[in-house]
Amino acid sequence: MSGPREDDQPLLSVRGLGKRYGDRVGCRDVSFDVWPGEVLAIVGESGSGKTTLLNCISTRLEPTTGAVRYRLRDGQERDLYEMSEAERRLLMRTDWGFVHQNPADGLRMSVSAGANVGERLMAVGQRHYGNIRGTAANWLERVEIAEDRIDDRPRDFSGGMRQRLQIARNLVTGPRLVFMDEPTGGLDVSVQARLLDLVRGLVADLGLAAIVVTHDLAVARLLSHRMIVMKDGAVIEAGLTDRVLDDPQAPYTQLLVSSILQV
Amino acid sequence: MYVAVKGGEAAIANAHRLLGDRRRGNRDLPSITLDQLVGQLSLAVDRVMAEASLYAPHLAALAVKQARGDMIEAIFLLRAYRTTLPRFGASLPVETGEMVAERRVSATFKDLPGGQVLGPTFDYTHRLLDPELAGDGEVDAALVSETDGDPLMRVTDILAHEDIIESSRGAAGDTPLPEEPSGDLTREPLEFPMQRDQRLQALARGDEGFLLSLGYSTQRGYGRTHPFVGEIRMGEVEVELDVPELGFAVSLGTIKVTECQMVTQFAGSAKAPPQFTRGYGLVFGQSERKAMSMALVDRALRADEFGEDRLAPAQDEEFVISHSDNVQATGFVEHLKLPHYVDFQAELDLVRRMRGEFEAREAADLETDNASREAAE
Amino acid sequence: MTGQAQDIAGGMAAYNFAYLDEQTKRMIRRAILKGIAIPGYQVPFASREMPMPYGWGTGGVQVTASIIGRDDTLKVIDQGADDTTNAVSIRAFFQKVADVAVTTRTREASVIQTRHRIPEEPLTASQVLVYQVPIPEPLRFLEPRETETRKMHALEEYGLMHVKLYEDIARHGHIATTYAYPVLVDDRYVMDPSPTPKFDNPKMDMCEALQLFGAGREKRIYAIPPYTRVVSLDFEDHPFEVQRFEEPCALCAARDVYLDEVILDDKGGRMFVCSDTDHCEERRAAGHRGHLAAEEAYATTEAAQ
Repeated sequence: MSGPREDDQPLLSVRGLGKRYGDRVGCRDVSFDVWPGEVLAIVGESGSGKTTLLNCISTRLEPTTGAVRYRLRDGQERDLYEMSEAERRLLMRTDWGFVHQNPADGLRMSVSAGANVGERLMAVGQRHYGNIRGTAANWLERVEIAEDRIDDRPRDFSGGMRQRLQIARNLVTGPRLVFMDEPTGGLDVSVQARLLDLVRGLVADLGLAAIVVTHDLAVARLLSHRMIVMKDGAVIEAGLTDRVLDDPQAPYTQLLVSSILQV
Repeated sequence: MYVAVKGGEAAIANAHRLLGDRRRGNRDLPSITLDQLVGQLSLAVDRVMAEASLYAPHLAALAVKQARGDMIEAIFLLRAYRTTLPRFGASLPVETGEMVAERRVSATFKDLPGGQVLGPTFDYTHRLLDPELAGDGEVDAALVSETDGDPLMRVTDILAHEDIIESSRGAAGDTPLPEEPSGDLTREPLEFPMQRDQRLQALARGDEGFLLSLGYSTQRGYGRTHPFVGEIRMGEVEVELDVPELGFAVSLGTIKVTECQMVTQFAGSAKAPPQFTRGYGLVFGQSERKAMSMALVDRALRADEFGEDRLAPAQDEEFVISHSDNVQATGFVEHLKLPHYVDFQAELDLVRRMRGEFEAREAADLETDNASREAAE
Repeated sequence: MTGQAQDIAGGMAAYNFAYLDEQTKRMIRRAILKGIAIPGYQVPFASREMPMPYGWGTGGVQVTASIIGRDDTLKVIDQGADDTTNAVSIRAFFQKVADVAVTTRTREASVIQTRHRIPEEPLTASQVLVYQVPIPEPLRFLEPRETETRKMHALEEYGLMHVKLYEDIARHGHIATTYAYPVLVDDRYVMDPSPTPKFDNPKMDMCEALQLFGAGREKRIYAIPPYTRVVSLDFEDHPFEVQRFEEPCALCAARDVYLDEVILDDKGGRMFVCSDTDHCEERRAAGHRGHLAAEEAYATTEAAQ
């Protein structure tokens, strides 16, 4: 696996981010950068604040404190929460992707696979049915869904197929950053392995940056270049994935690593 | 040879004439009077006033008579009249604490100052048809006792005194009501999300049956609020109008209302102490069912305020308010009987075309099959 | 009249010209002006209870009542015809409450209230077309929530609209929407043209007349000012098409008009006649004859009027 690319500026910068729910802390004082083409894993057990963090940096949940800055395609760096809602929503459907743990949350279940993939193209103004369908067919192939399923609805798909369809739907507009929330969460082990292979291949081919939330250290090991470990809403360790997993520094990380079978 | 059907005007006029005839019924019997309706079908008149939001017993009775007893039609008639009335101003909030109560019950306390007053209720009647009522028999006069005339303390005020129920004036405690008048959805555009004042107005005008079903659904677990009837009271309250020229409020008279204060599920956080919450219902006339349903739905719709998950239909403001108005609902359901033949023609044309394409495809497939069979032979 | 009945009749308020009070008319006119200023945008307004049921044209009636003056000539059509019962009823309402001149001739009308059709004869700059609208929100059946659809309009997020058209083509080979066909107004707002057949959509584009839309139950008013671009949504390779009828009107021989199918017997006998009854009559008066219009049938129709 190649390391992060040498690029002079980070794509996404998180500084001093915190989220409180009344008196309860969702996450606190989180800072990190994500560089173009880099995959960052956020690991921790459930309740550690990793999903809150993911939602805060993907504009799905407004943080209480801190800033999230993103570098747009034109090189301009903007604070996400100072952008207008229109700008944020445009960003979400063009330059970003969001892969939900449950594919039903990210797909239109009553609309055909082709339209699920084509929706983002139509949203950015493509108006040629044949081209939209052609692109959709091409993406279905890339995520290993047979082309003759293009007019079928996700309802008729297996869990693994749905998740692959969700990934195609997100990648069709060529985003630069994809958020993934436990992308292999609800899948059988054998299906998980196939999906991880697919995601790894796509991320490398497309030069995507990705932020993957997972409780599964094996997923982090396979996909990510760097990782951060969270506990009780705070980052307790960060570093290159291989370093963190092979030589964990924080006692909690050591506990996490030793509690699973070595991969 | 074809002649287009004409004469819609004559047909409509004749239909209305027939309606008038059927409404009147047997001419040998006297026509029912509005006083009879107001006096003897008073709960029907009350419902029409409540859902038409116009307190006018004789006009409501006229509407009931004109509608041949169809309640929604009567509500519609009275509303269409109400909408043409000029607005002189808004009354002061009625003081239900000062009510001359004909009925007052609480389910939360066994006894309380002023006592439980059953009043004219169907509760505890045995629902046996009474043949006596078929005739014109004598009815015993009601027994009335003198009261001391002191207003009955509200149960929610007792709880409020102990500070264990949310203030009725918002979270900020006892700050006075804002100066601005309450919203009026018959005058201002309705927009979601709504303020509670407009929402309560919508519920007060809402269909009794619809709100009853929604309130019932919360009891069965679809948006449960753990309700207790803090108090139901029914009786006359005074309506006062502030007249700036005079510098004091003038009494316009009294109206009969039913009020229900539902004491519901407590909520609290580190900042707000644990306390009971409220659902509120107030309707014109005597209608406990409506006031109670309204209070249940009001509380269910406040889910967001208390950080409750909005999952049940009764908690969904857009769903509840958009569909609670029976005059709107009946209009749109019944509009389906208006002619739609232009749209239907468009659909007919498309279905025929698609059918043609389908059959052509089938025929082509069959031909290919035959051709390949022949080639194989 | 009994004493009580007199009291009630005497105590009831008299109705204003065109039924609505002037305050209400001003409120509705403000909404109309806002609608004209933002073509295709749905302006919320405090719709009044009208003396006819919601869903039966209360939005159109409120718009007409707010713009009509004593010198106007009103035409009311439903399904293209002046003699359908609801059109008759609405026309009678305005005769009663506003005492305005009425007509069935498209050309003579200054205000035309319509349900489900646009007249065949091109409208002029001196006319206003008022549409009755049941569901004003073109996105409603894709997204039921008002709070969400308003946001989609505000942010011009219309991708979902094309998803529906895409699905039609994928499933049926062509766009299967035949009426209430969505349009893009002035290159900004996606709008529901009310349940007119898509046959009428091209008439909205660069129309000389002012077009006003009233939805009473849903409490929305919107507008297309004269000479505004109105484009029916489509795909480049599946362009918008209107319905075509194979035969001409059986009474006036008109082609390129919208036809109603009339069942003649229970053995599959049917004929096609103009949906726009005024257009058909004018043509027949000008001497056009379809294959089922005998001289005498025409005379009978005239006599019946």
